[in-house]
Amino acid sequence: MTSSSPALRRHERREQLLVLALLSPALAVVTALLVVPLAWLAVQSVTADGAFTLEHYRRFLTEDIYWRSFLLTFRIALTVTVLAVLLGYPVAFAAATLPRRWSVVVLGLVILPFWTSVLVRAYAWMVLLQRRGLVNGMLQGLGLTDQPIALINNEFGTVLATLHILLPFMVLPLYATMQRIPRDLMLAGASLGGGPLHVFLRVFLPLSMPGVVAGTVLVFVLALGFYITPELLGGGRTFMVSMLVSRNVELYNQWGAASAIGVVLLVCVAALFWLASRVVPLERIMGAR
Amino acid sequence: MPASLLARLTLGTVVALVLLFLVVPILIVVPMSFSNARFLTFPPPGFSLRWYEAFFGSPAWMQAARVSLGVALATALGATLIGTAAAYALSMSGSRLARSLTVILLLPLVVPIVITGIGVFFVFAKTGLLATLPGLVLANVMLATPYVVTSVLAGLRGFDPAQEMVARSLGMNRLRAFLNVTLPQIRPSVVSGALFAFISALDETVVAIFIAGGQNQTLTKRMFTSLRDEIDPTIAAISSLLTAASLMVVVLASLSARKSSTRS
Repeated sequence: MTSSSPALRRHERREQLLVLALLSPALAVVTALLVVPLAWLAVQSVTADGAFTLEHYRRFLTEDIYWRSFLLTFRIALTVTVLAVLLGYPVAFAAATLPRRWSVVVLGLVILPFWTSVLVRAYAWMVLLQRRGLVNGMLQGLGLTDQPIALINNEFGTVLATLHILLPFMVLPLYATMQRIPRDLMLAGASLGGGPLHVFLRVFLPLSMPGVVAGTVLVFVLALGFYITPELLGGGRTFMVSMLVSRNVELYNQWGAASAIGVVLLVCVAALFWLASRVVPLERIMGAR
Repeated sequence: MPASLLARLTLGTVVALVLLFLVVPILIVVPMSFSNARFLTFPPPGFSLRWYEAFFGSPAWMQAARVSLGVALATALGATLIGTAAAYALSMSGSRLARSLTVILLLPLVVPIVITGIGVFFVFAKTGLLATLPGLVLANVMLATPYVVTSVLAGLRGFDPAQEMVARSLGMNRLRAFLNVTLPQIRPSVVSGALFAFISALDETVVAIFIAGGQNQTLTKRMFTSLRDEIDPTIAAISSLLTAASLMVVVLASLSARKSSTRS
């Protein structure tokens, strides 16, 4: 086919050029501001004073703070992801199975926080969870405690606020998947004598798994890179990887160390996406955002 | 069937609780912003507009608000133009190369934001764009382009390219065919991509922490710095305004979607 008339070939070349021309502004911006700096970070992570070194990576094996920060970050990300699946699944299920009028309400209440500023939500939790805040007031009013308990400036506050921000990222891909599950399959299951629970477990749950994978990866990866929330609600004590990166740059001007941490974090993120892409196409995961 | 009724009640309760968890923290900020107390207490002891006055009367906050609005508008415009062009090109070409280029365009979504922040900081430090408005807009365009690309690509998936072919065979040139035939049909997804770009630039904080400075600080960067020090009730007023802005955008986006669904 390619060796057909010269006119056709010329036309094909023109089409390819047009595609390239239309793509180039967006590609240029992302390449200049993201691809180039990432490559530069990779180089920085293995150099010191212009010479090759693995010193920055050696620290991962020897310095406690690196390990503890990565462990803490993975633990928080895992906690948030598990909670997001447990809380998000019923909400997505309701949105996918309720009559249209109600499902619009459920989805609206999920999308409203989704579109609200991360900073505003971190602030709201600071207000709610502070020593003399609403939650402590309620706990004391109910007689559950007589001392205000520390709800922020610790891991608890970080997990709660992070969960609040990332929950919609679980619900939306779950809903998208569940909505595509044909109702006939459930009816068929029921007509074959399966009870509602049985049909749910044997038919609906397995079919919704791609959504679970997409939401899980999205939430876990986003939690790994969280910055604003742990910074504001962790009180400097919940020291996540992002804070390790920013401190090394802002406070100590240690680009090599920051780059190495960044590269390790990026490799983790890329590995997770690669693993997930073997189950669910990458575009489906990204499109859900 | 009492068992299924019980299951439904349990499901309903769980869903209601989760939805409350999602929405209440956002709504709680609004009454607090109208409080007359020096400190944040709930319920507010009395009504006052002092925190809104504090915001609108402060040259520093106003300057930050102007910067944020300007950057968000410029970002929405820029990201929509280059993102729509890219999405159109990607949907036109079915080659493997195009598919792998999509991954590059979506990169800003997956790279942890702090890493993006220090990367952009590095590029801007070398090129003199640090603490400038064009620098802020450029960084936000980069961050927002994937939203436009995914949104417009989704819109193009439901569009039959044969229609554009027909228009061209009837003598329209490519650009006119796109503007007159294709664009009107994918407009809802272009509009929601633009709105998403606008909101993402209005909210962006982390990259701004690294690259914004001096006169060109954004609202969110200022809020972040001030939150690190103390819980200032002025932030409650700003938060309420930002939430109202988000709400407006959600309503606009859903109206745009509904308009298109009633037409088709």
